[in-house]
Amino acid sequence: MPSQQRRNPADIVFSSVTAIASFSVIVLVIGIFYVLVSESSLAIGRFGITKFLASTDWDPVRESFGALTNIYGTVVTTVLALTIAIPVAIGIAIFVTEISPNFLKGPIGAAIELLAAIPSIIYGMWGLFTLSPIMSNHIEPFLKRITADIPVVSILFEGTPMGIDILTASVILSIMIIPFTASISRDSFNLTPSIVKESAYAIGATKWEVIKNVVVPYSKLGVFGGIVLSLGRAIGETMAVAFVLGNSHRITTSLLDAAATITVTLANEFAEADNDLYLSSLFYLALVLFVMSFITLAIAKLFLLKAERKYSR
Amino acid sequence: MPVTVGMKFDMNREKMRKLEGFIAMTLSTLAAMAGLFWLVFILGDVLVHGIKALNMGLFTNDPAPAGIEGGGLRNAFVGQIMITFCATLIGVPVGVLGGTFLAEYARGRTIAKIISVLSDIMVSVPSIVIGTFIYAVVVKPVGHFSGWAGAIALAIIMIPVVLRTTEDMLTLVPWTLREAAFALGAPYYKVIIQVVYRGAAAGILTGILLSIARVAGETAPLLFTSFNNSFFSVNMNEPIASLTVTVFQYAMGPYESWHAQAWAASFVVTIFILLLTIIGRVVVKWRFGK
Repeated sequence: MPSQQRRNPADIVFSSVTAIASFSVIVLVIGIFYVLVSESSLAIGRFGITKFLASTDWDPVRESFGALTNIYGTVVTTVLALTIAIPVAIGIAIFVTEISPNFLKGPIGAAIELLAAIPSIIYGMWGLFTLSPIMSNHIEPFLKRITADIPVVSILFEGTPMGIDILTASVILSIMIIPFTASISRDSFNLTPSIVKESAYAIGATKWEVIKNVVVPYSKLGVFGGIVLSLGRAIGETMAVAFVLGNSHRITTSLLDAAATITVTLANEFAEADNDLYLSSLFYLALVLFVMSFITLAIAKLFLLKAERKYSR
Repeated sequence: MPVTVGMKFDMNREKMRKLEGFIAMTLSTLAAMAGLFWLVFILGDVLVHGIKALNMGLFTNDPAPAGIEGGGLRNAFVGQIMITFCATLIGVPVGVLGGTFLAEYARGRTIAKIISVLSDIMVSVPSIVIGTFIYAVVVKPVGHFSGWAGAIALAIIMIPVVLRTTEDMLTLVPWTLREAAFALGAPYYKVIIQVVYRGAAAGILTGILLSIARVAGETAPLLFTSFNNSFFSVNMNEPIASLTVTVFQYAMGPYESWHAQAWAASFVVTIFILLLTIIGRVVVKWRFGK
């Protein structure tokens, strides 16, 4: 800003308006936190913090509420989804940056971005009508059969394959987050200076050795940031899992059982909560979700900022 | 003969390295194919089922009573357009002006950095949390669900998206351009509106398009704000139907005819969003490509 210039009154007005608009973000973050805390104060007063987080109760009739079944569902589906998504996403990033012929790079990159643009409700509905029958008729019986004789693993696949369960929800969630992880990994891989890669090629490294020993170490901060960002997104995803998770409040060891995540519970029960404590407990759940995802996203942002600083040097 | 043994060892080692590389490359290629496979699978499914269920009546009729064949989703199409339009009216000005502050008046200041990082986090905050927030601050005090509540919830999701793209796009405009305008004696606000905005117009427009694409498919924040309405309504002060909430309700419902209409509605939403995304990409390519 040119300081020697006397401030024009219209300029003062305009700059104030823009300032107010941008401070709205801070107001929103603080406002959401404050409102969620005050709305859940009834439940906080009744159940406390540790008791709410550690209780597996979710009983609207007896008015006893705990978050553990929901947190468990959120954590299990998210971890499983990431386990499936990360290798595929990094494979895609490697293909697009290093292997694919130039004429394919654009179309595949575009396809990945389109996949990211499809709204989550489409994923959810597709999961319910198309993926769920495939899972219950083919994939889940197959997994049951091959794991039947392995002692601990078979616990994961106990029960009747219904297709409405943790496994199906995790698969859909993984398809949803693959594009995010892939495009951030691709951008990070692309930042590796070609002179560093060429030096490795010059001493006789194969393509895979260049990727493994040069590209990945160089871009690991960015890739890691991308993975944490996907984690943050997966924690808060609602519609993709709401269709196929079944909304059942219990802790189960089998991936073929229905479960509930925080988001699914909110989507299914919020508009129907018929008394104050029930509604307040749901707000409490929303608060837990907000804090969980905010912290995860902040960590992701920290890594991405660090990566940015490193590359720009 | 140590030399020959060494040679032989080297040959094996080389073969192993090549094999390892080959396996890794094959796996990566398979991963990319898998990604494309899902896209084709999901889009193909939505297209096939959607087109089958698509007919004019869908756009011109209101829903038939539950379980009865026929009827359409006129109420949901109109509701969706109204909610998205109102959300854009609120979200875009706030986002563009906020981004302007970060890139111009507060450029390089700590406060700009903080707001920028917070916006990045807000972009990914679970949309259902925004829904509960609006329920508490709009729906509860007013006493009933309303279209406005839904529009405000979507606007809140839009603001950080528009704000961040605007900031990035304005930063791309060369500083010397502003100095040229300052040299003519123009006050800063005139420089921004007449020089900087023009230079960044295509980029800002893309950000707006992508943010509309983002909120047009949102369901979770509408569930307990605009709720749903099985009758035709253009009153934003009352519960109003939206395509996405209707898809949720119909797909989870027991009737075949509902399922068909859910596919059709998904088809329309998907095509709309993909078109916006592709237009956005084309604008970026045309303006900033090579």
